[in-house]
Amino acid sequence: MARITAGIASSHVPAIGAALDNGKSGEPYWKPIFDGYAHAKEWIAKEKPDVCIVVYNDHASTFSLDIIPTFAIGCADEFGIADEGWGPRPIPKVKGHPELAWHIAQSAVQDEFDMTIVNRLDVDHGLTVPLSLMFGQPEEWPCPIIPVCVNVVVYPVPTGNRCYMLGKAIRKAVESFDKDLKIVIFGTGGMSHQLQGKRAGLINQEFDKHFLDNLTKDPIALTKIPHLEYLVESGSEGIEMVMWLIMRGALNDEIDETHRFYHVPASNCAVGHIILENRR
Amino acid sequence: MGISNPYDDIPGTFVFDVERARRGYHLNMFCMSLMKPENREEFKADQRATLDKWPMTEAQKQVILDRDWNGMLEQGGNIYFTAKIAATDGLSFQQIAAMMSGVPQPVYAKMMLDGGRPVEGNRSKSEWENNG
Repeated sequence: MARITAGIASSHVPAIGAALDNGKSGEPYWKPIFDGYAHAKEWIAKEKPDVCIVVYNDHASTFSLDIIPTFAIGCADEFGIADEGWGPRPIPKVKGHPELAWHIAQSAVQDEFDMTIVNRLDVDHGLTVPLSLMFGQPEEWPCPIIPVCVNVVVYPVPTGNRCYMLGKAIRKAVESFDKDLKIVIFGTGGMSHQLQGKRAGLINQEFDKHFLDNLTKDPIALTKIPHLEYLVESGSEGIEMVMWLIMRGALNDEIDETHRFYHVPASNCAVGHIILENRR
Repeated sequence: MGISNPYDDIPGTFVFDVERARRGYHLNMFCMSLMKPENREEFKADQRATLDKWPMTEAQKQVILDRDWNGMLEQGGNIYFTAKIAATDGLSFQQIAAMMSGVPQPVYAKMMLDGGRPVEGNRSKSEWENNG
């Protein structure tokens, strides 16, 4: 049976990807961020997941305002790298795991989560920046990736509780897959940030720290945070943190936080990163 | 006009709600067209003529021509879409964030290095009014 062993949360700031791609990761502005992921890179190289499920959001790259799926799952063999206006990032294409992805789609829909099944998907910085932070700059990504794409751009966006429950449905799906696979799930985005309007640049370290603490201590409390509170307290784009709750929902109730990193700023953003492991 | 949604009281923030998504459909889809290099070239060559091909309101076209980044959001634009105009102009996300917040980019960058804009004093419109 397939099983989820751990969850990773990570911000997905596009400028971090650009810094790496342009050879700036050693510069004083960027070095603390890459150093903050050094442990996680070692950890995942030892963990050797067979598949990673990466929960992220598209930023008007594949999905425009024509079609806006609340929850989508990438079921293709391969996913292209989106051109976000500066040319596609110079990184390997992302290979999928269609057999497991289709299985998750089927199980989740039967479990009353009506996922949109996507076979043509160019992945943007939301997915690729966490891959770069965790795996560096390899010729090929070390394992297949299943993208789970969440609408957190166009309201109405899903509630934190709905995301948490989807995580549970994903776990159930994985555990009913009849192959011995070790899986790590990523929740990406956040932490506090606001990219727009006169209030751009908002950061709330207290909110972020509380959120990081409660991922282990009291995730149910996090599922009750209303959209308005994210908007007011963590900036208009802080709502991305609901995606971390999908990752959290896919783990055991009792987990161990084995690593944490928090840094301000990366461009307009607070960077948060955590490793949560199921007890074995 | 009274406050119709609780989030309307957040100062300096345009929540991309159903009303804005509906009004801004064509504006945002125009921005989406700038993902193709040939469309970026066409727009740069004749901005007015390019915009006239889209069923936008005159006000929407004008805020784009004026590069009024907050105005675009007010007219139903979404930041991830309007950022494609910024990319076409060769501007970074942080540069337009500085423009939207009304300060020069180095001032904005310094604010971020110092920990960002605090939430204290920035939660409601009344706090902004009281602080002038």
